[in-house]
Amino acid sequence: MLRSRYLALLPFAALLIAVVLGVAFGRSGGLATGAAPVTFTLENGMNVLVIPDHRAPVVTHMVWYTVGAADEMPGKTGLAHFLEHLMFKGTEKIAPGEFSRIVARNGGQDNAFTHYDFTAYFQVIAKDRLPLVMEMEADRMTHLRLTDTEVLPERDVVMEERRMRIENNPVAALQSEMNAALYGNHPYGRDIIGHMEEIVGLTTEDALDFYERFYTPNNATLIVAGDVTAEELRPLAEEYYGVIEERAPTFIRERAAIEWPSEDVRITRHDPRVTQPTWLRFYPAPGYRTAQEADKPAFDLLAEILGGGTTSRLYRSLVVEQGLAAGVQSWYEGSRLDDGKFGLYAVPRTDGGLDVLESAVEAEVARLLQGGVNEGELARAKTVIAAGAVYARDNQRTMAYAYGEGLMTGMTARQIHEWPERVQAVTQADVLRVARLVFEGTHAVTGEVLPGEEP
Amino acid sequence: MTRLALAILLFLVAPLAPVAAMNIERVVSPGGIEAWLVHEDSIPVITMEVAWTGGTASDPTEKSGLANMVSALLDEGAGDLDSAAFQERMDEIAASISFSAESDYFRGSLQTLANERDEAFRLFSLAISSPRFDEDAVERIRAQIATIVARNRDRPDWIVEDTWFKSALGDHPYARAGEGTPESITQITQADLADYTKRTLARDNLKIAVVGAIPAAELGALLDKTFGTLPAEADLPVVPNVELPERGEVVVVVRDFPQSVILFGSQGLLRDDEDFIPAFVMNYILGGGSFSSRLMEEVRVKRGLAYSVGTYLDPRTHAAFFFGEVGTKNERVGQTLGIIRRELASMAKNGVTEAELDDAKTYLTGSYPLRFTSNRSIANQLLGIQIENLGIDYVERRNGLIEAVTQENIARVAARLLKPENLLVTIVGKPDLSTDSSLPERDDMAPAPSAHPSEAPL
Repeated sequence: MLRSRYLALLPFAALLIAVVLGVAFGRSGGLATGAAPVTFTLENGMNVLVIPDHRAPVVTHMVWYTVGAADEMPGKTGLAHFLEHLMFKGTEKIAPGEFSRIVARNGGQDNAFTHYDFTAYFQVIAKDRLPLVMEMEADRMTHLRLTDTEVLPERDVVMEERRMRIENNPVAALQSEMNAALYGNHPYGRDIIGHMEEIVGLTTEDALDFYERFYTPNNATLIVAGDVTAEELRPLAEEYYGVIEERAPTFIRERAAIEWPSEDVRITRHDPRVTQPTWLRFYPAPGYRTAQEADKPAFDLLAEILGGGTTSRLYRSLVVEQGLAAGVQSWYEGSRLDDGKFGLYAVPRTDGGLDVLESAVEAEVARLLQGGVNEGELARAKTVIAAGAVYARDNQRTMAYAYGEGLMTGMTARQIHEWPERVQAVTQADVLRVARLVFEGTHAVTGEVLPGEEP
Repeated sequence: MTRLALAILLFLVAPLAPVAAMNIERVVSPGGIEAWLVHEDSIPVITMEVAWTGGTASDPTEKSGLANMVSALLDEGAGDLDSAAFQERMDEIAASISFSAESDYFRGSLQTLANERDEAFRLFSLAISSPRFDEDAVERIRAQIATIVARNRDRPDWIVEDTWFKSALGDHPYARAGEGTPESITQITQADLADYTKRTLARDNLKIAVVGAIPAAELGALLDKTFGTLPAEADLPVVPNVELPERGEVVVVVRDFPQSVILFGSQGLLRDDEDFIPAFVMNYILGGGSFSSRLMEEVRVKRGLAYSVGTYLDPRTHAAFFFGEVGTKNERVGQTLGIIRRELASMAKNGVTEAELDDAKTYLTGSYPLRFTSNRSIANQLLGIQIENLGIDYVERRNGLIEAVTQENIARVAARLLKPENLLVTIVGKPDLSTDSSLPERDDMAPAPSAHPSEAPL
């Protein structure tokens, strides 16, 4: 429960995770080395993936549904996330609020999360309690019971969550607008948590309709990481999940193609609550699924070389050599079923403005497009990404999350497992080619938060 | 239906598994440096966590932020490697070395692939024993910290905490922002940085935890190489002990946020207080258990007043705090605080039920093994146990201490700790306090700008 009193100097990578609403894990999406996870499918269509790690007698049990905020119908933004909250409100067998209490009583921790392309529920618990949480998770896959008594206060909770995440945070509110500008009418342009004026109208019936349509075993994937083998898991999966009948057709996600901006967009917001400006830019980019096969692993290396860490080009140039920025970063969001994006982030030193910062970022991008990347920095970036895959194996939850996110966004377990090897095979020419894809002939969305009142 | 009910019942009475059967070795190097080690070969990674007593509370008042600035500079050039060379070397072997300054401790952290072990430990050793503090690196880090200092002052969670500590502790070192102030960080010189490092990073105030693919015999020699050149003894300033004044107060910092961010707190218990473990169990029932606490039930589940609400104990070396936090829209602040005060009063008066205590025990004992599932989390546990002087057998003893807590213990500690009338409450936002009928009568409760230092124009 210890919580440090003040923020020490965080590397800006840590700040970025707080700032960017996207995914915190597995920038590379891949992990590997060691044995590949075992996968199998139950007769009712539910997929299963096992990631053994026998260091401690503990398991992470997750059920992922192939449905997320991007699958909501117009006017009902926030419904996928709202239902995620309501899944803890009880079934015919479990009283409202009891789900988490039973998990806790058994020494476990539980939670859930919603993204554009998936919704997932998990428990971390002693290995011998695995059958218990499987039984309870299977139970709420089909027997959810909701009444207004529980649903309506929870809707207020979600609105408080939105206030905390977005309304109280000027940079998050800016990113919300930038996503809308980048993705247009595509659902990636909405807020995952939903828009306040639509959350307020969500009903018990909306939640149950969504649940009936999408929460079915043929639309779900079980991932268990930790002290379990595939041989041990298979009979348990068949006993608890395999007996559930399909209750809706498998959901085939067919979304309209993203229409990228037809011209550069700039969103400038003045906010009296901030004293320090922030600069962000989003470029259209394919996701791991939609990118050309040869391009896929090169985006990660581009992000690492351009602005991944303190040895990256942007950091060396803007922070160290020119002294313009206090922090600068680039990142690639490829874990999307549809296209992703490539992001740039910079904050000036206390006495600096955004114009000169933006010019300096653009100059580094131009230099990379002009001369490509050199062999040394490519080798270093590969080492960092490969080591990240090894370090990820230290944490069973990180592993389970990385595989789940990959599977939900169109990758196969094998592709995820082999990702670090594919990264090693990337050439200087590959990085330059994807850099051109991102930066040439595209229209970006630039966002700025500035101190003061709107003019 | 019966099957599930039966399963749950069975699990309730079944004994929980023991904490992971891991072997904690006390390794003492030929040169006399001690580390706790868990040798774990299944992934080719080594993690080391270290701590020296002497954190931000040791900073000179006019140079607050000194320890933090040192923590940011140790990997910015050391030995014959300048900043760029040092960082490139770390990237080449994909090692991660970082430092941080907490109020009572200066922390170091190393993660390396097993096959790069010797080079990673060499870099770590260079960083702690011969940091360069080159002028260009110092000025760059100073500018970065200045930016963080300024940006923190835009954040409601930072403001609410800063306001709380300054209101509670005045000019005690714990009330200073650990990263310094816009003024103080300009006062820090190269000589200050070198002096802090020499006085603080010594051998007699150092604790070390190592987990991963390294046998005890090899760690011994590595410890001497890594830490052997540090001074034998630290030379730390005296930080006074402090108790919180018993007075309730509400301090509002008016900012235009739709959700008020609220921190409430009062005197807590030191880690070696005999009531600490009962207080820890009490806190779980009151507001520590994420989805199972009384505050979660009353504030979030029943009334939808907040997304997150919780309490925690924060024992430091020289003071102890009991804290709670909640965020709710401005219109409902008074109502929310009223409910929280009522719950604190109720537990202080009536303690907890037998069922609540049983549930708390099965959670707290059953979830203890979850803290030992990764090399990194194990290293942090081993370091924490050393810092608090709990003994190398603590992992085995700990669940027994929880099991021994009685309802009477909790009733006593609740009455001692939970005094809603003594809460210091700080709020950032534009709160409506009107329905909080239990507030003491004070002028500064009105939602108007207070004269608090953090209200000064920025």
